[in-house]
Amino acid sequence: MNGGDILSLITVFVLAAFVGFEVIAKVPSTLHTPLMSGTNAIHGVVLVGAMLVLGTASGTAQMVLGFVAVVLATLNVVGGFVVTDRMLEMFKVRKPAKVAAEPAGAVAPSTEGSPK
Amino acid sequence: MSLGTGIRLADLIAAICFIFALRGLTGPKTARYGNLLGAGGMTLAIAITFATNGLTHFLLIVGAMLIGVVIAVPAARLVKMTAMPQMVAAFNGVGGGAAALIALATFLRAPAGSLAVYEVVEVLLGVVIGCVSFSGSCIAFAKLQELMTGRPVTYPGQQIWNGIVGVAILGLGVTVCVSSFNWLVAIVLVLALAFGVAFVLPVGGADVPVLISLLNSFTGLAVAASGFVLHSVVLVVAGTLVGASGTLLTQMMSRAMGRSLPNILFSAFGSVITATGGAEGDTTRSVRSASAEDVAILLAYANKVIVVPGYGLAVAQAQHTIRELADLLESRGVEVIYAIHPVAGRMPGHMNVLLAEANVPYEQLKEMDEANPEFQSADVALVVGANDVVNPAAKNNPDSPIYGMPILAVDDARNIVFMKRSMRPGFAGIDNELLFDPKTTLLFGDAKDSLTKVVAAVKAL
Repeated sequence: MNGGDILSLITVFVLAAFVGFEVIAKVPSTLHTPLMSGTNAIHGVVLVGAMLVLGTASGTAQMVLGFVAVVLATLNVVGGFVVTDRMLEMFKVRKPAKVAAEPAGAVAPSTEGSPK
Repeated sequence: MSLGTGIRLADLIAAICFIFALRGLTGPKTARYGNLLGAGGMTLAIAITFATNGLTHFLLIVGAMLIGVVIAVPAARLVKMTAMPQMVAAFNGVGGGAAALIALATFLRAPAGSLAVYEVVEVLLGVVIGCVSFSGSCIAFAKLQELMTGRPVTYPGQQIWNGIVGVAILGLGVTVCVSSFNWLVAIVLVLALAFGVAFVLPVGGADVPVLISLLNSFTGLAVAASGFVLHSVVLVVAGTLVGASGTLLTQMMSRAMGRSLPNILFSAFGSVITATGGAEGDTTRSVRSASAEDVAILLAYANKVIVVPGYGLAVAQAQHTIRELADLLESRGVEVIYAIHPVAGRMPGHMNVLLAEANVPYEQLKEMDEANPEFQSADVALVVGANDVVNPAAKNNPDSPIYGMPILAVDDARNIVFMKRSMRPGFAGIDNELLFDPKTTLLFGDAKDSLTKVVAAVKAL
């Protein structure tokens, strides 16, 4: 890599940092946890790097490092997105709020009516 | 269009997906779509990587990925909602570990002395930040999973030791850069792991979530560093996005707790309090405890009840029971809202997730600023398994470690009902004056049992 390449990477880095700050400037605290989990999934992109390392590895040491890196990175990316999706699933817009309440409510007998 | 151009274009599309994913995650309506968009961009970035020129060992790559998927999917699907914070810590830690391994492998590959100084710096940054994030996340996981004490672990000269390790990492790093003693990288790696552990040990349980957010942004930066090492734009973009947004998120979280980040990281929150908490001898003072029936009457004949849920509710898995109680009260014409402190539960926003799991209507969840004026007109504030977030010491007692933290103004309500397991102080380890307040009623017991009894009692009225 020559000096020009590293400069263009640094440019990308600086611009991405600004975008990162700007894009989440306003988050309701309700979404702090899903956002943390979502960004956690996004840095799972490290899997791409791990694939490149394993895919170009020569020698046992590099292969082992690359293999472990791919396993770990896959954990990060898959686990990250699944957990986030599970959290967000619960924020879906609600239909009439009855469904779950019914069974519990139905069991309760009215004590008013009981003789004694 | 050559293959190389195609890959770069795909990386660009993936990067745009990540930006929109973050954007989407900041609003309740768009969040899920944002996450899916992120996953889409990720799939594209990963798929196109297979087309990289000169890539071999496909079977190994696919095999390793399969192992990852087989572990990650069940873990992520089966984890209880209450254990979410430690799950995020774990997934974050492995990401940091992967970034460190990538930097290390690249370093091993290059013949000694063939790397330019800036390339060695990139490798070192990847290794150090990745290792700190990995070992730090392990300790954070252990604290939240209660594999070790949640209290801050302190020892004499702690800051000095951390300082020495930090300086040693820096010094060795510089040596590696200017010399060809490559084996020194191994020592840097070990020291960085140790630093990650030492850095997290003194952080008290209540602050661990903020710490996880910080470690999350560390991993982002480690990924960006490994992107520099591999000259991969998509790694640099995604890693930096996470690093920057994670830093901002960490600040928002610590602001929600009314404390500065350095204060959270270095003040060994909680270690002092244990002493004062024990010395005060809370058993000698009288509190008013009541039966479930008394509480039921109080609630059923109120006009307005504000529920303040805390971690105790989550631990007892009582989110469904509280919803049942709320529905019951509403059917009797009582207005019920939930006041959610930003750090209720163990991560900001954690409680909203748990209540959403129990189908509590989103409109009933009020954030702190919205909820606090409501307490003045509330007949009952029902505090379930929360303690620190309603502790008036945060307002009144400058000596308290939580002084300055914004709290829910439950003391404005006409009556306060605490459901607690015992008189034990909360997660932060601080006594709560409110428990001794004359308008406070206590109902001891597991949150779920207590709520179930109250539900039965309300039905019986």
